[in-house]
Amino acid sequence: MTNATDQVSIRRKMGRLAPVLPALIVSVAAAIAFILFPYDLAFLTRIVIMMIFVLSFDLILGYAGIATLGHAAMYGCGAYAAGLVSLHLASDPLIGLLAGAVAGALIAWISGCVLLRAQGVALLMISIAVTMVLQETASQARWLTGGADGLAGITVSPLLGMFEFDFVGQVAFVYSVCILIAVLIFCCILASSPFGLALRGIEGSASRMRAIGTPVYRRKVTVYVIAGAIAGIAGALAAQVTGLVGIEVFNFSLSADVMVMLIVGGAGRLYGALVGTLVFMVVHHIAAGIDPFNWLFVIGFMLLIIVFALPKGLISLPDRLVALLRRKP
Amino acid sequence: MSIIFSIVVDGVAYGMILFMISVGLSITMGLMRIINLAHGGFALLGGAAVHVLSVRLGVPFWIASFTAVIIVIVLALVLERLLYRHIYGFGELGQVLATIGIVFLMIATVNLFLGSTILSLGAPQSLTAAVDLGFKTLPLHRVIVILAGFIIMASLWLLMEKTRFGIYLRAAVDNKVAAASLGINTPRVFLAAFAIGAGLAAFGGILGAELLPIEAYYPLRYMVLFLIVVSVGGLGSIPGSFAASLGLGILDTAGRYLLPGTGTIFFFLAITALLALRPQGLMGKAQ
Repeated sequence: MTNATDQVSIRRKMGRLAPVLPALIVSVAAAIAFILFPYDLAFLTRIVIMMIFVLSFDLILGYAGIATLGHAAMYGCGAYAAGLVSLHLASDPLIGLLAGAVAGALIAWISGCVLLRAQGVALLMISIAVTMVLQETASQARWLTGGADGLAGITVSPLLGMFEFDFVGQVAFVYSVCILIAVLIFCCILASSPFGLALRGIEGSASRMRAIGTPVYRRKVTVYVIAGAIAGIAGALAAQVTGLVGIEVFNFSLSADVMVMLIVGGAGRLYGALVGTLVFMVVHHIAAGIDPFNWLFVIGFMLLIIVFALPKGLISLPDRLVALLRRKP
Repeated sequence: MSIIFSIVVDGVAYGMILFMISVGLSITMGLMRIINLAHGGFALLGGAAVHVLSVRLGVPFWIASFTAVIIVIVLALVLERLLYRHIYGFGELGQVLATIGIVFLMIATVNLFLGSTILSLGAPQSLTAAVDLGFKTLPLHRVIVILAGFIIMASLWLLMEKTRFGIYLRAAVDNKVAAASLGINTPRVFLAAFAIGAGLAAFGGILGAELLPIEAYYPLRYMVLFLIVVSVGGLGSIPGSFAASLGLGILDTAGRYLLPGTGTIFFFLAITALLALRPQGLMGKAQ
């Protein structure tokens, strides 16, 4: 009897720990990577930033089931906002992040009000069109954005007034990992909240959710704005770490890559975003390093193998292995 | 006056190219409900095959083009049987991933054998010569493209309206399950539609090489353009694709002539507005 209640309380404690657990795993993994690859910190930082970006996409595609091909819109706005703020207003990195988040949320709200009324292919196309409009605007508004040359020479003051951004990129890496952990915890809490459950319901069947009284459209706009803010943070981080923002931040291929990474990892489970980004970017990096001309073969075959062998993404690999082992007597 | 004429001619020629390449995509998206991001790859492969045949092997351009279209059709038949048949069953996201994988493989193949520079198709000099129409001179290329576009539209219309295959295809687009239960061999209809679409894409890619140059990253570079034509026209609607191609071709060309710089912004704003008001496209079925 006491044993059983103990177990329940342990499980309850585990349940309370659940949002912290992924953060723990990420920090341990990041620490190991930091020690093992001290000369690849710039690349690792890029992966971490991409993870934040893909996580934000998981909120809208994986949880709410909204497929877009224009997620770069929010990333790019965040990047430009952070760049402009640090060039003209304040060089504190956290203020830059805030500006990125606000810019991402704002553009998500404006575009979301239009595109979330559409569905399927129309939604995909409107999201692409929005990103294209932003890219053209950024390339035309030369007085503000530097046009095709982009914003260069973005410098940020020491983090929290203490940690100077160094040449090797140690501070940048730790800074990005901290932001990733914060975003991850936030997403875990969001996913298990009533709001997160409503999103899953909308993904399953929007009409039934409407029937039980959920304001589907409003929920979608809300999650789109939240995801936009996080994507804006990712863009702001990229701007601060590299010191550059160009009109490539609005590239269609960036939106497509994000979708590919998420599906490779497995949509709708936050870990999937992390695993997919890591695997995709590492395979990409190694293949391009070995053969700069034919690496696309590797990526192409990888995508086909994954989609045929693991339709639910890499994250389902352990489940599939267990199922295979169980089937054998 | 002369600038309006140039805009119309260039816009219509551009629209015809868009139509030839994207009509197959529209049919496959309407029929199989598959988002085939690899469709532009067939145009690339057609152009690459012409490059190999005419520039490297010295085959006359028109014979090379004909052979290339046949090669692409055969390739599409094989791909449909081996890969696409399974991809139809995936969810939307799986389809996107699988077809992007196929695009990457197509790009990598062309890149491996022919490099990533723009591929010349070895079109004869006479194509760029001017033709006197009595009131105006035009490059022969534009005349051929516009004529080919109308001929293809007309033959597709005949195929869809006047043949048994057309009846099967329209039935399958309307309701796949009901068509199958009436004894229509839908897998074979799919196969034929897919191959015709791929062949037209190859033909459009070859004819349009002057406007949309053939190079390894072609399918990714113009993917958005083809998807826009399909969604604006309405999935599965051939007249819709035709109208959308011409409209977008003229709009885009006019933007480039009259508003260099900001033209593209208006182009995409117009598309956004149109799709926001009519999500099913110009002539698509309301879902």
